[in-house]
Amino acid sequence: MATTLDKVDVLTVGVGWTGGIVAAECAKSGLKVRGLERGEARGTEDYSMVHDEFRYAIRYELFQNLSRETITFRNNRQMNALPMRMMGSFLLGEGLGGAGTHWNGQNWRFLPYDFEIKSQTEKKYGKDKIGKDFLLQDWGITYDELEPYFTKFEYTAGISGEDTNPFWGKRSKPFPTPPMKKTPILEKFEKATTNLGYHPFMMPSANLSEPYENPDGSTIAACQYCGFCERFGCEYGAKSSAEITVVPTALETGNYDIRYHSNVVEVLKKGNKVTGVRFYDTVTGEEFIQPADVVVLTSYVLNNAKLLMVSNIGEQYDPDTGRGTLGKNYCYQILPGATGFFDDEQFNTYMGAGALGMTIDDFNGDSFDHSKLDFIHGASLSLTQPGLRPIAFNPVPPDTPAWGAEFKKASVHYYTRALSIGGQGASMPYKENYMSLDSTYKDAYGVPLLRLTYNFTDQDRALHKYLSERSAEIMKEMGANTIAPANPLTDYDIVPYQTTHNTGGTVMGNDPAISVVNTWLQHWDAENLFVVGAGNFAHNSGYNPTGTVGALAYRCAEGIIKYSKTGGSLV
Amino acid sequence: MSNEKEKQGVSRRDFLKTTGIATGTLIGGGIIGGLVGYNANKGSGKNEKTGETQQGQNHEINVGLQHFKTMKSFNILSQATERILPEDDLGPGAIGLGVPYFIDNQLAGAYGMNAKEYMQGPFEDGAVTQGYQSRLTRAQIFDQGIAKLEEEAQSRFKKGFEELEPDQMDEILTAFQKGEVKMEAVTSMFFFTLLRQATLEGAYSDPIYNGNRNMEGWKMKGFPGHQYSYAKDIESKEFIEYKPQSISSMTHK
Ligand SMILES: Cc1cc2nc3c(=O)[nH]c(=O)nc-3n(C[C@H](O)[C@H](O)[C@H](O)COP(=O)(O)OP(=O)(O)OC[C@H]3O[C@@H](n4cnc5c(N)ncnc54)[C@H](O)[C@@H]3O)c2cc1C
Ligand code: SF4
Repeated sequence: MATTLDKVDVLTVGVGWTGGIVAAECAKSGLKVRGLERGEARGTEDYSMVHDEFRYAIRYELFQNLSRETITFRNNRQMNALPMRMMGSFLLGEGLGGAGTHWNGQNWRFLPYDFEIKSQTEKKYGKDKIGKDFLLQDWGITYDELEPYFTKFEYTAGISGEDTNPFWGKRSKPFPTPPMKKTPILEKFEKATTNLGYHPFMMPSANLSEPYENPDGSTIAACQYCGFCERFGCEYGAKSSAEITVVPTALETGNYDIRYHSNVVEVLKKGNKVTGVRFYDTVTGEEFIQPADVVVLTSYVLNNAKLLMVSNIGEQYDPDTGRGTLGKNYCYQILPGATGFFDDEQFNTYMGAGALGMTIDDFNGDSFDHSKLDFIHGASLSLTQPGLRPIAFNPVPPDTPAWGAEFKKASVHYYTRALSIGGQGASMPYKENYMSLDSTYKDAYGVPLLRLTYNFTDQDRALHKYLSERSAEIMKEMGANTIAPANPLTDYDIVPYQTTHNTGGTVMGNDPAISVVNTWLQHWDAENLFVVGAGNFAHNSGYNPTGTVGALAYRCAEGIIKYSKTGGSLV
Repeated sequence: MSNEKEKQGVSRRDFLKTTGIATGTLIGGGIIGGLVGYNANKGSGKNEKTGETQQGQNHEINVGLQHFKTMKSFNILSQATERILPEDDLGPGAIGLGVPYFIDNQLAGAYGMNAKEYMQGPFEDGAVTQGYQSRLTRAQIFDQGIAKLEEEAQSRFKKGFEELEPDQMDEILTAFQKGEVKMEAVTSMFFFTLLRQATLEGAYSDPIYNGNRNMEGWKMKGFPGHQYSYAKDIESKEFIEYKPQSISSMTHK
């Protein structure tokens, strides 16, 4: 028998960036908020042993334990979906701060073009540019409408950057902190891209260039360029994350608490409202009901979709009929690029920070003409200096064997003599790429696993090829002796790490026929249920997602506060 | 161009002085927590009687087999890893770095038992893009793989794997890499991938895991291990060689 707890005003499922932002804003406004987080409490003091590549980056110390829950995957509907038994393509977060604890902190605003991609593409290139099997749609909101929320997130996180990129949207305020240090490696990229007529700028970073106090009074320290950033928590409190900003802000109000080891398995719905959630205490195994006036799903893209599916809220997308919205427009990230091998120069590649880099947007969004190209959108191309570690980084020129004497010689030599340009390439929604529930495999609570059906498309392959060629040209200009463009895209493979930039499935919009939530991230079928995360993206842009996720979370919080006063649909 | 003098990383004291984090303006929490713990534990790590330090000289009595039951299996593993990362003029190979001990010890723990992997059935082979689908744990895969290395050696060369010439070992390992050797409930290609990856892990992980002996793997590559901060050097045009440091310096010293 489940124990029913006292009702709260607002409940979030998961406490990462999205759960933390919603909690801080709602608690500040006087609402009683509770976060149910299935992982553990943790904070900066827990990251003092973190300079250990093997434990954190290779053995995945901070990530989701797949023995309890994973997803299943197949490339297409003809295949049998099988469980992702080992972590690979993406690294799911777990515990206070979620994936934001171990992110790089490369912080972007999606382009104005992104939010109106369908109408702008059709206007410029005609109705059939990439074919009707691509489910392009506008987001129901414009960049200008979202601008204040972008700013809000950037000021909370203290983002370090410079507003010199001619291709991104207008900013109402300067970056809260100046850009990070420009290293010789970055200068090389800057010089090469400038020579080629492009427009390099320092990547916006959540590894802060200087100590910062945010508008809520949280402090973030200055980055030490320690080189243990992506996949690690920051032992200095210098990488913005929920547990050093919005979570303490929420706790200080006295209106917020977090219940850890609480795995939510169902959203409870009655009529056109939700009443709360059902969850298990992962320590005692006890079952609980947590009633709430407002439920907010902030459990990342995959579990947000899964919880709606297992709770029967909304209509599952069906690729045969095109009906249903839940699970549709699942997108990922396309990763073009090139590696350069330098015979006579040695670089301090082991130093660095997750978001230390320079970028060009000359081939992102619609900043270049696509009329003669067989794809739309593009990628931000960056040279980052994240701190390369010796287990993961064994670069060898093409045609070097993968093991043995030659491999050893080359991988040792080039460890400090190879640089890579990497693109975060846009990913367009395709009718066969979607999420649904698996019919065979279950999690530790007997709930079906989420099933991904996903493969790369010709659009992705064309984008990848074009952007990898541009990357190789830049590498040549940088003076590399040997250049290896990224291997051509074939089929999506769940094994090698790519990015934790899963998007879609709970898409936002202003038409319930093609979206799951409205532009306040309020569910169309349950007015007191909000769903927030990169799952709201109708497609994925040529950037990392979190700057835009943060903006959506702030907008969602404003919507919840409004809703708690007025009730009803916010649109 | 490498900076001639080996550079000593920022010390804890320097660090506190230069960053201003400890002066009370912006604490951020962790560094203070970390350093306090570090101070509180001042044991030297030296053995009172022999005067030997725990790392380095006295390595032998601190490592041993936790998973393999016979020296024969362990020796086969050792030879195979040495072919993957052989000793050369750059420095030690897998054996010299302690990689076989590292792998043995890993197989005895969470890694070998697949503690954090989804191991519910039904099991099916699946496509390559669907990744690991074996019902076996990594420990079982290594045991079987090593037995198969021996079997291949006997059938191809009528000798034990350990006694083979290097190029004969390479021939067998290549057959594994290509998936040409029949194994049960797993492919030889997958076993080879695990073996190669584990070899690199053992060569370059922190020495606390019993590989990367004396940080020789890091020294070859020029990786300094755990350093507090590169803020002062990140703009340097010179290549800098720091004296490497293990994360164990946080607990001993
Ligand atoms: C290695 C890595 C590097 C990255 N680098 C970047 C980058 O440079 N730039 C960028 O923009 N993005 C980056 N990302 C992505 C970024 O981390 C995420 O976009 C962001 O953290 C997502 O926040 P979220 O709140 O939506 O989800 P999460 O942070 O994942 O939080 C979800 C929380 O919900 C909890 N939860 C899940 N299911 C349940 C349940 N059923 N019951 C209770 N709790 C549950 C989880 O434990 C988790 O704590 C990176 C991600 C990774 C893994
Ligand atoms: S690189 Fe900077 S932000 Fe990243 S973990 Fe190290 S000190 Fe923190």
